Amino acid sequence: MITIKKTKTSDELKGIVEKLSGADLSVCLQCRKCSSGCPVGKLTKSRPSEIMRRLHLGAGNELLESDILWMCVSCETCSARCPMGIDVAAVMDALRKLALARGASKQEGNVPLFNKAFLKTVQIFGRTYEIAMIVAYKLGTGKLMNDMGKFPTMLKKGKISLLPSLGGDRKTVRRIFKKAKQSKGAKV
Amino acid sequence: MRYAYYPGCSAESTARDMHQSTLAIAGVLGVELVEPKGWTCCGATAGHQTDRILAATLPAVNLVKVRDMGLECIVNCAACYNRMKMANHEISTDSEIRRSVNDAIGRDYDGCVKVRHFIEVLLEDVGLDTIGRAVKRSLNRLKVACYYGCLLVRPPKVVRFDDPENPTSLDRLVTAIGGESVDWPYKVECCGGGLSLSRTDVVVSLTDSILGMAKSAGADCIAVSCPMCQVNLDLRQQDIKKQTGRDYQMPIVYITQLLGLGFGISPAKLGFNKLMISPSHVLEKMEASNDGK
Repeated sequence: MITIKKTKTSDELKGIVEKLSGADLSVCLQCRKCSSGCPVGKLTKSRPSEIMRRLHLGAGNELLESDILWMCVSCETCSARCPMGIDVAAVMDALRKLALARGASKQEGNVPLFNKAFLKTVQIFGRTYEIAMIVAYKLGTGKLMNDMGKFPTMLKKGKISLLPSLGGDRKTVRRIFKKAKQSKGAKV
Repeated sequence: MRYAYYPGCSAESTARDMHQSTLAIAGVLGVELVEPKGWTCCGATAGHQTDRILAATLPAVNLVKVRDMGLECIVNCAACYNRMKMANHEISTDSEIRRSVNDAIGRDYDGCVKVRHFIEVLLEDVGLDTIGRAVKRSLNRLKVACYYGCLLVRPPKVVRFDDPENPTSLDRLVTAIGGESVDWPYKVECCGGGLSLSRTDVVVSLTDSILGMAKSAGADCIAVSCPMCQVNLDLRQQDIKKQTGRDYQMPIVYITQLLGLGFGISPAKLGFNKLMISPSHVLEKMEASNDGK
């Protein structure tokens, strides 16, 4: 049985998540089809169906500390298989957004750091620039040597470029990021 | 057959082989692919994990460029394809998102550009008959496990690509060029996608089960159509070997590379030299069979 403790932030999360994701959490049957198909369900402490239930019961900010938020691979198997048509993956996106906005303490495996490094290179170059992204990410994690052994081969095979691609419409992309920054936080 | 072709950022780095082989086979089949000038990143997983509006806006910039060209938008990277389709869906069904997107890009876009995967062009516009006729070197019953991953088939209501649980598009292409598509249950399992660097442990665990299943199904190689699937399945075999001792040596090839081989294009032109796990036994098997004829 899933029970939750009532806290200051109880009951408020559900409404925000429903608005951000467009999902109606009250129709969840707890059939656990989302959890059965979840590729990371066997690796995480909490499973998608549990997150759905806790949200519905009125869970507060403690839910934003769930490890699945940052182990979820966004494969959307849960959404595709939900018999009630709930977009579970969109609920995960909404929870991640809230976790970042509210500074949840546990952000497993540096996923937000990676996303930030990725988007930063897009903002500057208009297209992904892997070397800059990897350097920015690794500096952030402090684990500089992970995976470095594969680099020489990848460079040699042309699987990774030394120089950024500058053919993209950088002006428009910068404008988009500027706008996104302006509206950030407005809805959370 | 003339289309706008959005290559995506991977086409300039990890998936240069996919890009090269796509252009090569398009040439053989009389498919003209025109790149939209100044195309930019679709935002990928990082985009939608961060912000819903940003995730719709980044693809929209490119879709507007394609609209100006008056062509359909053809995408070969499953991740870009997914983001483009999602953006169109969000923009055309949510007026609030549409307003924010249009405000950010400074244009009026309603989600109208038709987005299709290159595989859909091959199957629906070119057709299996034409593809079969273009074969110069049969794959000689090479056993191929066709792997679709997540982003091609999900969410089904939005992408509408094939059967979401048991797709057969890649299998039909493999069969058309003389290969044998193996029956296996992991066609739409997830490889770990964009978590390759941030949660390598998750990716190693997921790719290990996919590779193991392909091996036990008797596959000589796995055919993919997504740069993220290719990199995860190809690159992480080293890590799997280190951590579990299982050494799959399973070549992970793009479907466009296999088609190119069938059309008699040289492996170098198709980027076979860029694969981390050597495809030599795949190539040798074909050579042997074709030489013997």
